Amino acid sequence: MSSRPELQAPPEIFYDDAEARKYTSSSRIIEIQSKLSERALELLALPDDGVPRLLLDIGCGSGLSGETLSENGHRWIGLDISQSMLNIALEREVEGDLMLSDMGQGLGFRPGVIDGAISISAVQWLCNADKSSHNPRLRLKAFFGSLYRCLARGARAVLQVYPENLAQRELILGFAMRAGFAGGVVVDYPHSSKSRKEYLVLTCGPPSLSTALPSGKGEDGETCSDDDSGDEDNQTVCISDRHRPRKKLKTTKKVKGREWVIKKKEQMRRKGNMVPPDTKYTARKRKARF
Amino acid sequence: MRLLTHNMLSCNIKGVTNGFPLRLEVEKFVEKEVDFSAEFLRNIFPKIEWKALVDAARSMGYAELPDEADSSMLDSDDFLKKFHHALLELHLEEGALICPETGRRFPVNKGIPNMLLHEDEV
Repeated sequence: MSSRPELQAPPEIFYDDAEARKYTSSSRIIEIQSKLSERALELLALPDDGVPRLLLDIGCGSGLSGETLSENGHRWIGLDISQSMLNIALEREVEGDLMLSDMGQGLGFRPGVIDGAISISAVQWLCNADKSSHNPRLRLKAFFGSLYRCLARGARAVLQVYPENLAQRELILGFAMRAGFAGGVVVDYPHSSKSRKEYLVLTCGPPSLSTALPSGKGEDGETCSDDDSGDEDNQTVCISDRHRPRKKLKTTKKVKGREWVIKKKEQMRRKGNMVPPDTKYTARKRKARF
Repeated sequence: MRLLTHNMLSCNIKGVTNGFPLRLEVEKFVEKEVDFSAEFLRNIFPKIEWKALVDAARSMGYAELPDEADSSMLDSDDFLKKFHHALLELHLEEGALICPETGRRFPVNKGIPNMLLHEDEV
């Protein structure tokens, strides 16, 4: 069984009441989520003037990431596809506004009104086709296109993603670039398999000095200081589960060849058993249509 | 859902050219107190569609906002207070948002608008 949640069920089904409750009652997940969102907010590089901004939290879930935004004084609108997650967010009385919405259908906002967007562990869901009507490419295109439109010029979007493989990362980044975004991927702790985190840092508008990509943490072998002492498994949101286990190579059973068959037949003959004669068909494989 | 969000939302159905403003159908609304921040209001003001905000506030029974507003009024504390109240403290709790062009109804339950589209609307 694969343990990437993306491969198990569509998000609105995977995050049912039980899973949503579990997700939000785990102090480990809460800690990781708030760390991720703090880093995302840092990468968002909002001007440091103390003015509260209007931000978007895409895939806000139960509002764990939104809480970080509120703590920093910003107003936010969160959208998620899972009603159960949003119900938990209501229970937790988060400060942002919530919306039930599918990012793959595009974001329905007026152009240029949002000051920045973050998304924690959500965008990779777009790469799945959960319904026959879903086409990951069209959904990515709709998402990035509408995100580009609703952001103000010069605003940034920071999307933390868990791409399944290289191809998926390329796919996501490709559609972001095609929508007109400048930017790229920032990788934190690239040498660590557990704390490695990828952020798509996208800037809306023409490339300029401010679109230069910030560098990832721990790129020069620096390790994540306070995390090292702890249990390695506690570092991430189930990162160990998020890797699909390698498909086992098919162990090709040793096929016994013609010589072996002839030898066996000879043995049987010596025992006096009835054995069909050796012909050119002996030990040949049957045709597939047989 | 705050009127701030309402002011930013537009209808996302394929082919709809003018999906703003979504008409409000108010069954129940609540008022929640929110910290006042003049900077936020000044920052957000140019992005607000004033007429839509005034209409939305009136549909919730708050008629204090002036019909017209420009950035010079942002210096007045009285105006900012009203603006703040309409924008952030009025919450649509139960009701619906209605697309002005197609008449499609997006229900709002417990303050959460359901903006999911059907497959033929994407």
